[in-house]
Amino acid sequence: MKTVAQPVALRDAFGKTLVDLAGEIPELVVLDADVASSTKTAAFGQDFPERFFNVGVAEANMVDIGAGLATCGLKPVVSTFALFLTLKGADQIRNTICYNRLPVVLAGGYGGLSDSYDGASHQAIIDLALMRAMPEMTVYVPADATEVRPALEWALRHDGPTYIRLCRNPTPILFAEEPTLEFGKIRKLRDGSDITIGVCGIPTFMALEAAEKLETGGIKVDLLEIPCLKPLDTETLVDSVAKTGKVLTVEEHNIIGGLGSAVAEALGKEKPSIMGFVGIEDRFTESGDYDDLLAKYGLSVRAIVKKAKQLLKT
Amino acid sequence: MLTADIFRIEPGKILLERDLEKKTAMMQYLAQECRVDVMDIIHQKGTGHWGGAASAAELLVALYFHILNINQQEPRWPDRDRLIISKGHASCMIYTVLAKRGFFPFAEMDTFRQLNSRLQGHPCMNKVPGVEMSTGALGHGMSVTLGMALAAKVQNKNFWSYVLIGDGDLNEGQTWEGIMSAAKFKPERFVALVDYNKVQLDGPSEEIMPLDPLPEKFSAFGWNVPPRLYNGHRVSEILESFDWIQEQERWPVVVIYKTHKGRGVSFMEDNYKWHGSPVDDDTYASARPELLQTLSALKEEL
Repeated sequence: MKTVAQPVALRDAFGKTLVDLAGEIPELVVLDADVASSTKTAAFGQDFPERFFNVGVAEANMVDIGAGLATCGLKPVVSTFALFLTLKGADQIRNTICYNRLPVVLAGGYGGLSDSYDGASHQAIIDLALMRAMPEMTVYVPADATEVRPALEWALRHDGPTYIRLCRNPTPILFAEEPTLEFGKIRKLRDGSDITIGVCGIPTFMALEAAEKLETGGIKVDLLEIPCLKPLDTETLVDSVAKTGKVLTVEEHNIIGGLGSAVAEALGKEKPSIMGFVGIEDRFTESGDYDDLLAKYGLSVRAIVKKAKQLLKT
Repeated sequence: MLTADIFRIEPGKILLERDLEKKTAMMQYLAQECRVDVMDIIHQKGTGHWGGAASAAELLVALYFHILNINQQEPRWPDRDRLIISKGHASCMIYTVLAKRGFFPFAEMDTFRQLNSRLQGHPCMNKVPGVEMSTGALGHGMSVTLGMALAAKVQNKNFWSYVLIGDGDLNEGQTWEGIMSAAKFKPERFVALVDYNKVQLDGPSEEIMPLDPLPEKFSAFGWNVPPRLYNGHRVSEILESFDWIQEQERWPVVVIYKTHKGRGVSFMEDNYKWHGSPVDDDTYASARPELLQTLSALKEEL
């Protein structure tokens, strides 16, 4: 699979989609916490001021206002930086939104390390663990800008809460615009029989390149893009592992609680397998250029190739 | 479940009563009757929060039997008024009032806080008809209710959104986020009602987290505050406060009610130890007659 189009930031796709869907979904309302120009909800706010609420830097309040709007039949998209949304809004997400199964879309902007220069205080590498632990929650991590719109459309029709993680920086377009995939299913990017690599989010482009490199060394990768961490498409995962016997997960998240954990939990029940984990090794990160930061904290083509080879030796 | 040893007012008759004076006396009686039932249930089940439940009896009865535009046959009617009870630990009183208002059979109170019951320790909106929002963790009500009031604005609807909060709610930072943002958005028909009993779980609010001067704080935050506090245990005063609310054009509005935690039992009133302690047999034996004495006096007013 070749990447041809110009890179696009998930946040730009998100902001544009909100405006695009406003006419089609009159119940759509958007909330932000004083970062609308960053998360890109500002355009919706400009075009539809009566359907947009900037609540100031008060995430807990914002999440519960969204919940209140949802009980009255509106479809709120609650947006701010992923770390603050999921951490400062955790009580509200759990006790109000999930407990009551309210159809609120939680849009976590600046996911992973993408708020790179702002440093560890802003980098969201525990959001997936937090959201996965919430009953009723669907957890979705788009890998490129084309996956944003179908995810939002699905979430806005879903009768329950959804967390969608977004990214600040322009990243490669990997897929064709028209989604051919049923929501929540694993997307098979390569067929192989030596090792399964499961990846979510931005590092998907790295995993694609790593799989090509491994192939040149004679290692055939069954490459799975797993955008939906919860509920997990266990069937496709188990089919792959039945063939390869070994799984490496790749994610822009603490290796505790995210994709690797989701895969391990599923396989532990269905098909116990040897696993490896590429991700941030349970530590705090720092400021820097996004690509450099990813590389320093373990997310690079090289790191994936190395871990895959190690795993094949075990 | 309903004890037969007291005169029971027929809730349906209260709703039909056209004479406001008579209706007020009936609601005053019903609130005390609810206290007796709550005391019975909390004693029998060995669990539940007496203090905050007793504090809110008259407010809840006045709201559910006179103020709120609701329909127990159609609890999710889209144009109904909303009441969010942020102090979810008053659950035993909330359920008792909802049952008497016809949302579910009172016999179900026998399952209060028990396994497989709809009547959870703190109210859950998807289990109990009439409960508008699951509460329990304090501090959520203000924001959620603001969301409902904003929904009314977006949808051009005229329903009222009321939130009932207590001292504990006002300790939570989120409540103040909600207070600030309500003053920004100023939705019409958005009203906060404070059950201001000045006692928390661990002690008097003045010791745990001083809240005074509360009316001045709301004013400073941009809210419309009435010139006086109202007695939250006198139904007639509660109705006066709603007359005042009806006249207002500046939003949001807050009304602060002077109440007593554990109201109705002399040794439990204003005593933090009865926030959520189980009521044992000896305590029950001295508490219940006090409640019945007041109930008899109120019967004379009917």
